[in-house]
Amino acid sequence: MRVEQISIFLENKSGRLAEVTSVLAAAGVNIRALSLAETADFGILRLIVDQIDRAKQALKDNGFTIGKTEVVALEVPDRPGGLAEIVRILGAAEINVEYMYAFVQRSKDNAIVIFRFDELDKAIEVLTGAGVRILRGEELYAL
Amino acid sequence: MQMGGPMIWNDEFETLPREAMEALQLKRLRDLVDRVYSTVPFYRRKLSEIGYKPGDLRKLEDLSRLPFTTKDDLRENYPFGLFAVPMERVVRIHASSGTTGKPTVVGYTRRDIDTWSELMARTLSCGGTTSGDVVHNAYGYGLFTGGLGAHYGAEKIGAAVIPMSGGNTKRQILIMKDFGSTILLCTPSYALNIAEVMADEGVQPSQLRLKCGLFGAEPWSEGMRREIEKKLRLDALDIYGLSEVIGPGVASECIEEKHGLHVFEDHFIPEIIDPETGKPLPHGEAGELVFTTLTKEAFPVLRYRTRDISRLIPTLCSCGRTLLRMERISGRTDDMLIIRGVNVFPSQIESVLMAVEGVEPHYQLIVTREGTLDVLEAQVEVNESIFTDEIKGLERLAKRVEDDIKDLTGVSCKVRLVEPKTIQRSEGKAKRVIDKRTL
Repeated sequence: MRVEQISIFLENKSGRLAEVTSVLAAAGVNIRALSLAETADFGILRLIVDQIDRAKQALKDNGFTIGKTEVVALEVPDRPGGLAEIVRILGAAEINVEYMYAFVQRSKDNAIVIFRFDELDKAIEVLTGAGVRILRGEELYAL
Repeated sequence: MQMGGPMIWNDEFETLPREAMEALQLKRLRDLVDRVYSTVPFYRRKLSEIGYKPGDLRKLEDLSRLPFTTKDDLRENYPFGLFAVPMERVVRIHASSGTTGKPTVVGYTRRDIDTWSELMARTLSCGGTTSGDVVHNAYGYGLFTGGLGAHYGAEKIGAAVIPMSGGNTKRQILIMKDFGSTILLCTPSYALNIAEVMADEGVQPSQLRLKCGLFGAEPWSEGMRREIEKKLRLDALDIYGLSEVIGPGVASECIEEKHGLHVFEDHFIPEIIDPETGKPLPHGEAGELVFTTLTKEAFPVLRYRTRDISRLIPTLCSCGRTLLRMERISGRTDDMLIIRGVNVFPSQIESVLMAVEGVEPHYQLIVTREGTLDVLEAQVEVNESIFTDEIKGLERLAKRVEDDIKDLTGVSCKVRLVEPKTIQRSEGKAKRVIDKRTL
């Protein structure tokens, strides 16, 4: 139910994102989804990749500070109100969303959205109970 | 005091012939050394180590045989170990930042406060202050010696003191305008800041009545003097002091020459030494400034090493004072930074960083001047043990470090998180500070 996400600390200076992507390219790692959160001074790049260990090793070897976070990937009906429904379920259960971002590819007729919760287990329980489909890691990496 | 001539507060002691001054200094020095020998265990031990016995000091030159006192000695005797009188006789305690967490603590007896007031009255008189003046005191009041030291001196002259303290610049300007302040007391960088805010607010120097500013507590330059004088239309004088010696009132430029600061030698003996060997250097040579207090009761110091670099100017001054002059401070022999008038040591910032679990011992301090204000930034490397993938987590960490630095040093410091290995590693002494300010 949980998906591993790699986060990378980046200073806000030109060329840093390019370095991350070229390091991953050289390691033959495919980026499946990404989001960049930023402040005036620094940013955090969050990635879902097809080969996690390989990606981590390559980034570490190149001196990046990286972290590993567990997130969940949800299938969201690709129609108006699709995301609203899921957010409503979470709100009703008082589950806080730390951040979220959309996946590039689609699964059948659904969009895929990556969520980070502080109460991961509770979130999974509530969402499963409400019939929301949560993608397994293998499914996601293989998309 | 002669009408129309230079304003000298204490005509007797500020114009003593050299011989008489040296005789007075010797008498006071002998008294001081014997006094600290008998009252302060630290000095007794240090003096005994060189085989000193009470009465051994015969001539002024013998001073150079006596041991130095350093900031480390003050720290090791924190808080009151170097006080030479019982607490019953102490009427005031001030403190300044130390090299680590503990501040440097100094005490004053009632007579010390009188001496200090006299010395600040002399300083203010160096800038022509009289009882008719309105003294705008923007030095910080509190543990810092600047505010209260200047305050008592101005009151002693009989001037009207406005105890402003620092900050709230618009209000400072309003009060200067409405109260007709004639003498401005603050750090030189704050004077420039005031000038800048005045320009923003459309207040002309002609709307103020400022005549003279006595600026100290941080190093500055002739270029800054010209700028301050042009923008505020006043005479800008450099004044010098440090809490370990007494606070402000150790030395002051005179308005007549604005060249070198007259050291109030009847109360302090200045020496210039080679900071490496500790050997005294002749007049005119640059080296570390060392002070011995001759009259202080609660917190006397013997050959205190200031770490400030200066030189002594023995030629007579046209103002009539016979006091030796010291050149304006040109630098430091240690890594102390002065940020908006506050002393900050890189070791203080380091102690804050080291207290945060997981923070690397690699950091760098960048000092810049934005407009007229000093800005301190600490760059801290983010490694895996402090990294979190949430922005707010990292921001919370940076904020916590910023708060701790502010608590410890009293100055605001921006913490910038940087990638690992981006702070230059040095072989040998780490380059902790990059000071980009030009004075």
